[in-house]
Amino acid sequence: MVEQDVKLMKGNEAIAHAAIRCGADGYFGYPITPQSEIIETLAALKPWETTGMVVLQAESEVASINMIYGGAGAGKRVLTSSSSPGVALMQEGISYMAGAELPGVFVNVQRGGPGLGTIQPSQSDYFQATRGGGNGDYNVIVLAPNSVQEMADFVDLAFELAFKYRNPAMILSDGVIGQMMEKVILPPMKPRRTEEQIQKECPWASMGRSGDRKPNIITSLELKPEVMEVRNLHLQEKYRQIRENEVRFESHLCEDADYVIVSFGSAARIGEKAVELARERGLKVGLFRPITLWPFPSKQIAELCKGKKGVLVSEINAGQMVQDVRLAINGALPVEHFGRLGGIVPDPEEIVKALEEKLVK
Amino acid sequence: MANDIISPENLVYKKPTLMNDTTMHYCPGCSHGVVHKLVAEVIEEMGMSDKTIGVCPVGCAVFAYRYLDIDWQEAPHGRAPAVATGVKRLWPDRLVFTYQGDGDLACIGTAETIHALNRGENIPIIFINNAIYGMTGGQMAPTTLLGQKTATCPYGRDPELHGYNLNITELASHLKGTCYVTRQSVDTVASINKAKRAIRKAFEASMQGKGSSLIEIVATCNSGWKLSPVKANEWMRENMFPEYEKGDLKDTTGL
Amino acid sequence: MSKMKGAIVVNTDRCKGCQLCIVACPKDVIALAQKKVNVHGYPYVESAVPDNCIGCAACATVCPDGCITVYRKKVEE
Repeated sequence: MVEQDVKLMKGNEAIAHAAIRCGADGYFGYPITPQSEIIETLAALKPWETTGMVVLQAESEVASINMIYGGAGAGKRVLTSSSSPGVALMQEGISYMAGAELPGVFVNVQRGGPGLGTIQPSQSDYFQATRGGGNGDYNVIVLAPNSVQEMADFVDLAFELAFKYRNPAMILSDGVIGQMMEKVILPPMKPRRTEEQIQKECPWASMGRSGDRKPNIITSLELKPEVMEVRNLHLQEKYRQIRENEVRFESHLCEDADYVIVSFGSAARIGEKAVELARERGLKVGLFRPITLWPFPSKQIAELCKGKKGVLVSEINAGQMVQDVRLAINGALPVEHFGRLGGIVPDPEEIVKALEEKLVK
Repeated sequence: MANDIISPENLVYKKPTLMNDTTMHYCPGCSHGVVHKLVAEVIEEMGMSDKTIGVCPVGCAVFAYRYLDIDWQEAPHGRAPAVATGVKRLWPDRLVFTYQGDGDLACIGTAETIHALNRGENIPIIFINNAIYGMTGGQMAPTTLLGQKTATCPYGRDPELHGYNLNITELASHLKGTCYVTRQSVDTVASINKAKRAIRKAFEASMQGKGSSLIEIVATCNSGWKLSPVKANEWMRENMFPEYEKGDLKDTTGL
Repeated sequence: MSKMKGAIVVNTDRCKGCQLCIVACPKDVIALAQKKVNVHGYPYVESAVPDNCIGCAACATVCPDGCITVYRKKVEE
């Protein structure tokens, strides 16, 4: 048996280790709580001396997302990370990347808002993440890890999806997952791609017009509306394919359940405990966890909830994913929301209580 | 007579090969075209056609990528130096330059400009300063001169009301990361030749890892200024040159 | 005695009639083509006094649109 590389570390640190191990070419970022350990860990690990990965502290999140734009536009595997207010600043660049079809990865370790808000955990950027976030009709692939292990695993997955579809991919985490320490098996080392591999994988990349090929232009601009519509329709077709092929989710004790809690990320961990508590009290409750928030597992939720008595969407916000769940359930059964705000992480007991009050009665 | 002369062996000047046949969208007499030609010539002469990535701005030069047959990236407004940083850090053997106007570089992108220059990114930044927002129809720019009339300062730029014009090239010359900071123009044959040498020096310096360069080209916007191209050149010499003095502000390249 | 003689070829479809070349020409060779416009509707320039051309390329150097190709040859007088 191959000995696995088991470590104890924070979610943020796992992102950094995983980035190096999955052959990332560059990280560009700006410090912000509660995710600064990502850039700090990268700086301490000095991957430029080993794998050749570039690590650069930018002057702002606006700059870091545009460095990602440049790097991704040149065919490289590049990532950035930030927390909510910083991700708000990145939206311009993310929209441009979606428009220019660039495969970058960005991590949002969410904190409470609005505005400067709080440095405590939150899931209140769900709308921003799943609705695009910037200007225009576009979507970003959104992965929601619920453990340090998934923080590590989703970096490579995000890159794979981003390059497969030439689309930005986001890891939507939060202060709980970013800061907590947990056992993690780090992914195996994967070498960075060679120039030849990049040319083969990214024939569209703007990395120097080698041979006699036509210039590669990275742009989201088109002034002719009829051409722009075609580009938009192409994006929409791509999003349809992603919705078709890339939905990821997990369910726990849903088979015999009367009630289903739907939660993502850190809220789903608390949800698991709530399921346990509810079952101790004789309430048959299961948990559904969307892993991809976009594409959202709408069909899967609708299918799984058939014949159930009610759904409680428990998330650390004022009610965001609940809208997608209601759209999925389409009035077939009651869908209620429970959330805590301002950086308060709900405890399992209050989730069970909310379920009892709002659905069981 | 002319027919004897017009033959390939007598050729002394033609449009650079890297500049394709697409008609440029620039207004008649716009300085952008001249600078585009110089950039194309320098890239050709350096033999870097297949190793160059240009980064265009938002502004009149937003479509620069249509005219020079090299790889390009179109940056969000003001972010070209950050985009170029990403490309250059990851492909250090490539020639990566930005091409920006005054609104893009000295206003919305001031932070990206200053920090890329100060980090000493091995990127030449070409900065077209025509003291106005051309693409959006002639509004006040950070470089609009005091007293100059634009669509958003129709009674002339008044420091009480609009603040002062920004001489960002002077500022850049004080940054430790810059190796070459110069101000040129392209209104005469002599100045065009000088501007070309400046671009060449900056491009060479970037490939030799000497740091960042800023090449300001004091330019005309005859449409925005509401002057003929010929009159615009005269207005520029009379009004722009005293405020934006031409010449090298810093040169530590040793080139 | 030998002398430099030049000739220019104007890509009239590319020319926008900005007239910067007219000002740059030391020998007053170039002029706007009278009452003519190109495919884009721009007036354009032409070599009006071709015999005076010395092939100095000043016109082509200042031309923002790269419309002018210049040739030069030494000729015996």
